[in-house]
Amino acid sequence: MPESFPGAEPVVLVRSITRRFGRIVAVDDVSFEIFPGEIFGILGPNGSGKTTTIRILCGLFEPTSGSARVAGVDVVQDPDAVKSRIGYMSQAFGLYRDLTIEENLRFYAGVYGLENDWRERVRWAIQAMHIIGQPNQLAGTLSGGIKQRLALACALLHRPPVVFLDEPTAGVDPAARRLFWNIIRGLADKGTTMIVTTHYMDEAEKFDRLAFLSRGKLKAVGTPAEVKRSFGAGQSLEDIFIAIQEKEEP
Amino acid sequence: MTAHRLRSIIWKEFIQMRRDRATLAMMLGIPVIQLLAFGFAIRMDVRHLPMAVYDESRTQESRELIQKLQATDNFDVTRHVDSYAAANRLIDRGTVRAAIVIPVDYARRIKRGRPSTAQMLVDASDPNTSQNAIAAAQLVGQRKNIEVLTALSRAPVRMETPPVEIRVRPLYNPALKSAIFIVPGIIGLILSVTMLMITSMSVVREREQGTLEQLIVTPITRGEIMIGKIAPYVLVGYVQLTAVLTLGHLIFQMPIRGSLLVVYAVTFLFITANLGLGLFVSTLAKTQTQSMQGSYFFFLPNVLLSGFMFPREGMPHVAREVGLLFPLTYYIQILRGVLLKGATFFDVLPQTGMLLLLALVFFGFSVKRFQKRLG
Repeated sequence: MPESFPGAEPVVLVRSITRRFGRIVAVDDVSFEIFPGEIFGILGPNGSGKTTTIRILCGLFEPTSGSARVAGVDVVQDPDAVKSRIGYMSQAFGLYRDLTIEENLRFYAGVYGLENDWRERVRWAIQAMHIIGQPNQLAGTLSGGIKQRLALACALLHRPPVVFLDEPTAGVDPAARRLFWNIIRGLADKGTTMIVTTHYMDEAEKFDRLAFLSRGKLKAVGTPAEVKRSFGAGQSLEDIFIAIQEKEEP
Repeated sequence: MTAHRLRSIIWKEFIQMRRDRATLAMMLGIPVIQLLAFGFAIRMDVRHLPMAVYDESRTQESRELIQKLQATDNFDVTRHVDSYAAANRLIDRGTVRAAIVIPVDYARRIKRGRPSTAQMLVDASDPNTSQNAIAAAQLVGQRKNIEVLTALSRAPVRMETPPVEIRVRPLYNPALKSAIFIVPGIIGLILSVTMLMITSMSVVREREQGTLEQLIVTPITRGEIMIGKIAPYVLVGYVQLTAVLTLGHLIFQMPIRGSLLVVYAVTFLFITANLGLGLFVSTLAKTQTQSMQGSYFFFLPNVLLSGFMFPREGMPHVAREVGLLFPLTYYIQILRGVLLKGATFFDVLPQTGMLLLLALVFFGFSVKRFQKRLG
C-alpha cells in the first residue's frame, strides 16, 4: 500500500507508456509505480497487455511513447543496461532440459557474468530454492515444481533488485505453488522487488499491490482491498475480473 | 562482448552436443559412412557387367572374340544361352546387362574376308553404365578389323587402318577411379549438412524450448549468442574435413597434390556461407521439424546442381546458372583443383572470390535477420 512506503523511492516508475503494433494498441497510456520489497501483481486476461508491459520494462520492446525507469535505469534510453539488474523467469522456464541442475545454474551464472563466486551462489540457490534432487539430474526429468524453482534460482543468481515472473505458477501443483509463494514472500521481505503476472485470481490476495489491465488499459491499481473497494463493496477480485472482461467483450 | 559470457555459451553448447548422442553420431559417423558408401558404391566407370553369350558359331574365332570382350574388364560372362530370345529374356529380367550374339557364319565369313557381324545387346536403361560397355565393345570390334585386314593383305595395311589414332591420356586420375573424384564432393556435402541442418536445428531448439526468450533478457548480447552457438559447429566441421581427407587418402588413395593450407582456409569461407544459410533457415522455422524441411529445401539443389554427382557441363542453361548461386559449386571446384590437380591458391582465386562474396552476402543477410528476429 502506498501509505506503507512513506518517502520511499519507487524502484519501478512507469509514466504513461503506450505501445502500438501496427493498428493494435497493446498498451495504452499505462502509469504505475512499484516500491522496493513489494510483491506487485499485474493481472488481466489474455491479450490485456501484461506481457507487452513486462517486455517494455525488461528493455525488450521500445514503447511507442512514454517513459519507464527500472532499478535506476531508463529502459527507453538504455535498454541493455537494465538486463544485468533484473531477473526474469518466463512461463516456459527457460531451462535447458539436456543440462543438469548444476549445469543450468552454472550456465546462467556465467551469462550474468558471475566469475569468482558462482560456486557459492549455486550452492545458495539449490538450498534457498528447495531444489531437491541430485545436482547432476537432467533438468528435463524434474517435476514441475522443482523446474519452477530452478528457473527462479537461475533468475536470482546475480542478486537482482527487481525480478519479473511471467505466469510462474502455470501448470504447477498446489503444494509446490504454496512453497513457491513462501519463497517469493521471503525474498520480498529481504528487499527484492517481485513483479508477477498471473490470471489466477485466487493468487491475487498474495500481492502487496496489483495493477489491473484490460485491453491495454490500466483499470485499477492499489492493494487488493483498495482495488476491491474501487469496484464496489462485497465483490471478490474474481467477480471484478470477470465483470471487466464481460464489459470489454460483449 | 565479454570472453566470459562467450565461454559460458560455448561450454553449454559442447555439453548439449555430447548429450545428444544421435546428433553426435550423425556428425561424426556420417562422414565416414558416406565416404565409404559413396567411395565404394558410386562407380561412374562401370565394370564387370554380367553378360550372356549366344554363340552359334562355336569356333576358335568366336571364342577369341568373347575372350577379348572379357579381357576389357567391362564384361563378365555369367550365362550361356542357346537362343536369341533367351538372351533377350535374361536382359529383360536384369539377370545380365549385356549379351553377345555370334552368328553361325561368323568365322567362315572372316576367313573369306567378307564382312562378318556379331551383335552386342546392351541394357541401356542406365546410360552411364551402357556407354562404357558400348565403347569397349566397339573398340574390340575395331581392333579385330585391323587384325583381320592385316592378316589378309599379309602386310601391314595402310589405307584401311585409320590414318590417325588418337591416344587419350587421362590426366590426374589415370585409373579413372570415381572414388578420387567423389571424395572432395563428399567433404562439401558433409560440411553443408552440419552447417545447414544441425546448426539451424540447434538454434530453433532454443526457440522451441523457450530458452532463447530467456537468454535475450540476460546481459548476453545477440552477437555473443550467435557466435557461441556457431563456433562449436565450425570446429566440428574442421574435424569432419580432417577425417574425410585422411580416410579418403588412406582408403581410396586420393592424392593431396596442392596445399592443405589453402584447403583449410577456403573451407572457412564455405562454412561461413553455409552457416549463413543455416541461420536463415532458423529465422524462418518455428519448430525443429520445419527447420529440417527448410534445410532440405536448400540442401537438395545444392547437391544436384553443384556438380557433386552430375557434371555441370551437361546441364541445361538455367540449371547451370542456378548452380552458380550455391557455395558448394565453387567449393567442389576448388577442392578438386587443389587436391587432385595441385592447383595453387592463385589458380582457384576466381572460385575463392565467388565463395567469399556468397559468404559475405549469405552470412551478412542472415545475421541481420537473426538479430531482428531475436527481439
